[in-house]
Amino acid sequence: MSPNLRIACRFLTAKKRAMLMSLSCTVLGVGLFIVTQATTSGFEDFFIKTILGTDGALRIQDQIQDTLRSMNGGAGSDFLFSHRDGVKYIEGVEEPKAVISALREFSNVSGTSAVLRGNVLVRSSFKNESAQVFGIDLDEHLKVSDLNHQIVQGDLSTFREAPTGALVGKVLADRLQLDVGNSFLLDVQGQLRRFRVSAIYETGIADVDKARVYVHINEARSLLKKPIGVTFIQVNLFDKNRAPQDAAQMQEVLRHSASPWQEREKAWLSAFRALSVSSAITVSVFTLIAGLAMFNTLAMIVLEKTKDIAILRSMGYERRDITQIFLWQAAIVLAIGAVLGALVGAVGTFAVSLIPLPINGIFKTETFQVSWNAWHYVEAVLTAAIMVMAASIIPARRAARLEPGDIVRGTAQ
Amino acid sequence: MADPVPLALRCANLHRYLGQGEGRVHVLKGVTFEAQRGQVYAIVGPSGCGKSTLLYLLGLLDQPDGGEIAINGQTMSNSDDAARTAARGAHIGFVFQFHFLMLEFSALDNVMMPMRKLGKLSPAAMIERAHALLGSVGLGDKTHRLGTQLSGGEQQRVAVARALANEPTIILADEPTGNLDVKNSAMVFDLLTRLAKDHGQAVVLVTHNPDIANRCDLVRPMRDGVFV
Repeated sequence: MSPNLRIACRFLTAKKRAMLMSLSCTVLGVGLFIVTQATTSGFEDFFIKTILGTDGALRIQDQIQDTLRSMNGGAGSDFLFSHRDGVKYIEGVEEPKAVISALREFSNVSGTSAVLRGNVLVRSSFKNESAQVFGIDLDEHLKVSDLNHQIVQGDLSTFREAPTGALVGKVLADRLQLDVGNSFLLDVQGQLRRFRVSAIYETGIADVDKARVYVHINEARSLLKKPIGVTFIQVNLFDKNRAPQDAAQMQEVLRHSASPWQEREKAWLSAFRALSVSSAITVSVFTLIAGLAMFNTLAMIVLEKTKDIAILRSMGYERRDITQIFLWQAAIVLAIGAVLGALVGAVGTFAVSLIPLPINGIFKTETFQVSWNAWHYVEAVLTAAIMVMAASIIPARRAARLEPGDIVRGTAQ
Repeated sequence: MADPVPLALRCANLHRYLGQGEGRVHVLKGVTFEAQRGQVYAIVGPSGCGKSTLLYLLGLLDQPDGGEIAINGQTMSNSDDAARTAARGAHIGFVFQFHFLMLEFSALDNVMMPMRKLGKLSPAAMIERAHALLGSVGLGDKTHRLGTQLSGGEQQRVAVARALANEPTIILADEPTGNLDVKNSAMVFDLLTRLAKDHGQAVVLVTHNPDIANRCDLVRPMRDGVFV
């Protein structure tokens, strides 16, 4: 152990109260940073997981057709001006197999599912409800959604084996008083077709659970009278965060509109971002207060140690040794504070995750959602390191500047 | 003809002002002083005459406003802080009036602290030397006591042992017995002079105590910033 580190350790252990004060500031700073980050990003992460598990990372739909707007100078004039006037969309994907084949060339694509959608009236023995039928290939759709985890009654194997089976949203099923095994009618412009409830799913997103009925795609084609093409292709990605870049590239290559989840859920994501900024301000204020407390404590230690600084300087300890001794103290407090703070943060996060908080509408949860992310701990420790070092550098340098002669003479300022 | 005794310390025409503005005082007014190894010097004089200021300048704890200081023949008055600090560590040992031990550390740690910084000895050799020094000041059985667990006289004896730790050529002592009773004063002074004589060190001490001063090899009285 270096002489400076040895002295720093002894100074700290001798001043237990001051050390505990600095330590508690660091522990609280790190712990609260982690808890705040975990709780703020918890709901956002859960929301993103829910929407990705329901509608996928990307949706390829309407075909793009370029249009030109032109201006002609009139008779006898050579003037002709034309420019691209946006795009015209042709509804749906006419060649889903070709598009899916092209999509598989993208390295980030992990799954695709062609979906045929149409408006229907659901008739049960109890009442009628407007809804949308989603024709899917179950196995392909499971690669782009969390449908298998969203089943709350019945099971997917029944649906897989039943040609006229259907997956009904929980809200819709409740409204129509449908249970697994019950039959109902889907009405498209007067044409009726009977289906049986294979399973009931719940995504937690009210707009989905009250309106979607999943059926096999061939049944949907018959019902909606669309023998070819699909409404959209749901795409899943390995790296979800790359969705906007992939969407732009796909749109360019496939000539179909591609909407990433970040664009689809812009409004909710903006709301979560506002919450993150709000909590960042709270954490920053707390960090600042903790930093000031740390600065105050170390400045007090320097004041109390002026005599020891003079002794050390008289024995040949250099200015940089004095700086190092005080920076070592800060580093020791930081190291212990970071470990204890991370523990406090983890325990605090776990405790918050147990708080009952039933939410349904944009997602479904019964408890407070938290995010377990190692980066929160890294960020918290880095923030604490900056805070502690910034708070200690001024007292440490002040200590180093003290003139031993002035201290011994009793005139140190 | 015998070799001349080597000069450990020399200062010439030293000036030092303290305070600022109208309160600025010319404390040292061209002081010249020499100290040879193996000799014990006493600087005496009334309070405020500049004794301690001179001692701090000689110990390179302070910088003069004019004049020259040489330690073992090397001029230090114009050197930078790092050079002065290195010279303090290698050549000078201090004993202050108020013991100035680091109270959170044991007697052994206090004595080892200058050795650890100088880094000339191995850890085992440092411990051995610290034990020997504490033994020679009569504290061989209290090496692991904290500064706070020692009496005033014992603390001052630890300070003497610490001043001798790096075998400096110069020992500077500012009122080393000023805070001790008669018995402890005599003990500390005897210790300081005996160990210094044994190791051929120059001892310069500032004192108000005429008994102590009279037992030194040379007494230099000061008044109003000059030797008289």
